[in-house]
Amino acid sequence: MPLAILISLAVAYGLMVIGAGPQAQEQFINALTIGAIYALIALGYTMVYGIIELINFAHGEIFMVGSFVCWWLLTTLGFSGAIQDPVLLIEVLVLAFTVSMVTMGVVGVIIERLAYRPLRNAPRLAPLITAIGVSFILQNLVFVMISNSIVTVPQIIPNPLIQIGPISIREINLFVIVLALVLMAALHLFIQRTRLGRAMRSTAIDRDAAQIMGVNINSTIALTFFIGSALAGAAGVVQGLYFGVTVFNIGFQAGLKAFTAAVLGGIGNTTGAAIGGFVIGFIEVLASVFGVGRWSEAAVFTTLVLVLIFRPTGILGQQLADRA
Amino acid sequence: MSAATSRLGGVRGFSSRHQSTSIVLVVIVVTILLPIISLIPPFSGFGTQKDFVGGFAAAGVFVLLALGLNVVVGFAGLLDLGYAAFFAIGAYTYAYSASGFTGLSIPFWPMLLVGALVAAVFGVLLGAPTLRLRGDYLAIVTLGFGEIVPVVFLNADKYTNGTNGITGIAQPNALGLFGINGFGFTNPWPYYLTIVAIITVVVILLYRLQDSRLGRAWVALREDELAAASMGINTITTKLLAFSIGASTAGLAGVFYAAKLSTVTPDQFGFTVSFTALAMVVLGGMGNIWGVAAGALIIYELQSQGLKQLGSFVQGLNVPVVALGPITINIGAINFLNYQYLLYGLALVIMMLVRPEGLFPSRRRRRELHETPAEDELTAPDPTAGDPSQEGGD
Repeated sequence: MPLAILISLAVAYGLMVIGAGPQAQEQFINALTIGAIYALIALGYTMVYGIIELINFAHGEIFMVGSFVCWWLLTTLGFSGAIQDPVLLIEVLVLAFTVSMVTMGVVGVIIERLAYRPLRNAPRLAPLITAIGVSFILQNLVFVMISNSIVTVPQIIPNPLIQIGPISIREINLFVIVLALVLMAALHLFIQRTRLGRAMRSTAIDRDAAQIMGVNINSTIALTFFIGSALAGAAGVVQGLYFGVTVFNIGFQAGLKAFTAAVLGGIGNTTGAAIGGFVIGFIEVLASVFGVGRWSEAAVFTTLVLVLIFRPTGILGQQLADRA
Repeated sequence: MSAATSRLGGVRGFSSRHQSTSIVLVVIVVTILLPIISLIPPFSGFGTQKDFVGGFAAAGVFVLLALGLNVVVGFAGLLDLGYAAFFAIGAYTYAYSASGFTGLSIPFWPMLLVGALVAAVFGVLLGAPTLRLRGDYLAIVTLGFGEIVPVVFLNADKYTNGTNGITGIAQPNALGLFGINGFGFTNPWPYYLTIVAIITVVVILLYRLQDSRLGRAWVALREDELAAASMGINTITTKLLAFSIGASTAGLAGVFYAAKLSTVTPDQFGFTVSFTALAMVVLGGMGNIWGVAAGALIIYELQSQGLKQLGSFVQGLNVPVVALGPITINIGAINFLNYQYLLYGLALVIMMLVRPEGLFPSRRRRRELHETPAEDELTAPDPTAGDPSQEGGD
């Protein structure tokens, strides 16, 4: 698999060179950064789907609210531009990510408790409709209570070009990519190596059997929602810091794309979701590099349909996508 | 069912023996009553009768959308979140056939059927590859489709005139009936009567379908796909028919909508339209034709009249401004129309939790939704397990 990833990256870079010429490297890094955001969101989709087989339509809105938490925190603290003092910068970043991730994690748990858990044994249509409802509630709460237009998030990370060997990369891109990889690695270790992670895996495989073996199903599912939503909250902060803007309806498109990423990677599979996120990032940036940027959504959606038709288990999916 | 069949006397008996006649009778009564309501206080203070009739004609579009979506969601149990796409396709079909943009001027009435057919074809095109997948994937694919169709109408500006849309769409003409042609911007009555006629035909057809072999196949499919398949139901064809019949109803609504507004633009067909139709179906009662129609009419009037009146009422009260961190609450300045989708969202969640069968439930659907599956009871069977209000914290 590492070889396959390297080959794909090389092909992507080649396409960037064809499309963007001298800006190839910049666009390549841009794609990685956007892909990291989608990957972080996709992880939440795939974890929730893996464990309770629900498409959590509200997940994209969690990402959106996370970006608003970041906006609120930074503007309340009085920041308006880059923070030059590295110590202060790190402190503020840690604070922003902690606050947003914990807040969104708690929001995710509350949503699960109030809206999804009572319907766990209901016909499948019911929780799906509830999820759509929750998504609209979150989106419109922000719309009516906070802002009905684009808000500007202070871009606190200074933006010099850093030279690493032949690669020149902006600080923010480096930060986002590294952060995403660290979070993914931490998630992977958590799921594979800890007791709680094992509980999550066993619940995903067979909820009843896991319960018989002493796993507390409710708290395990709540934990899954907490982690997934916290990752979306982190993605929201990244959105704010990287793009410097957010708006109440940003979660819808982002959610759709991240879900595509999750399906692309094989739903229920966290590694797959991460890879899928980066693939979507590349599809989107390549579309704009080749001058068809306004069709990027159509391209992503077409990808989704093609994957569902020809390989519904995704790139890595071991799980059967259409098990009854 | 035995209790139901024993009550075949009286009104119920008549309505089940003369279904189409009763539908026509009910529609005639409602058609006459609705404009009369607008003359009674307090409703008469909200606008002129013409405003009301125009509003009812616009509401009729959503009644049609809800009826069509009900076939997909209520009858067949498939979640279609991109329903507005078929509405858009119907509307653009008529826009192409009768506007200066293409120079064509095909009359409205045949285009109703053509619009429905074109939408149905797109329903099949979208459904054929995706209906093999399980329901959740269908939801997300239709969601994507609903997003993409307006984007296509927006971006393919050479063929669709982009953001500005297609204007100057011909209004219907009454085929010279009675020697007059009353359709115009100032007179809502012909539109009102036209949409009522369309709805009547659709409702009669839907009732026939519901009781047909296909309608029963939909129910079987919804309740247990595996069992339905093993009883010889072709699940793909059955789902495709639900999907395309639902789409064709949206196509009808689209043609009427384009003719009434005389303008189509991509932003009229966003996700909020699909979402509104879904809220109407869920609130009205999935699977219940009358319930869905009533739900659509009530919701449409609440959103177009109720919220406006509530706003002007609250503005009269002097409520102090409250600030909580980033959130400012100024009840006096609230534009209640902005709360429309928040309320729909709340309504969807609350309905699903408390009354999943809707306000006007179909009998079968209520039984189905209140059923507790036996398989996941590891603890002692609890007769209230399906009832969320009984679930304690743990």
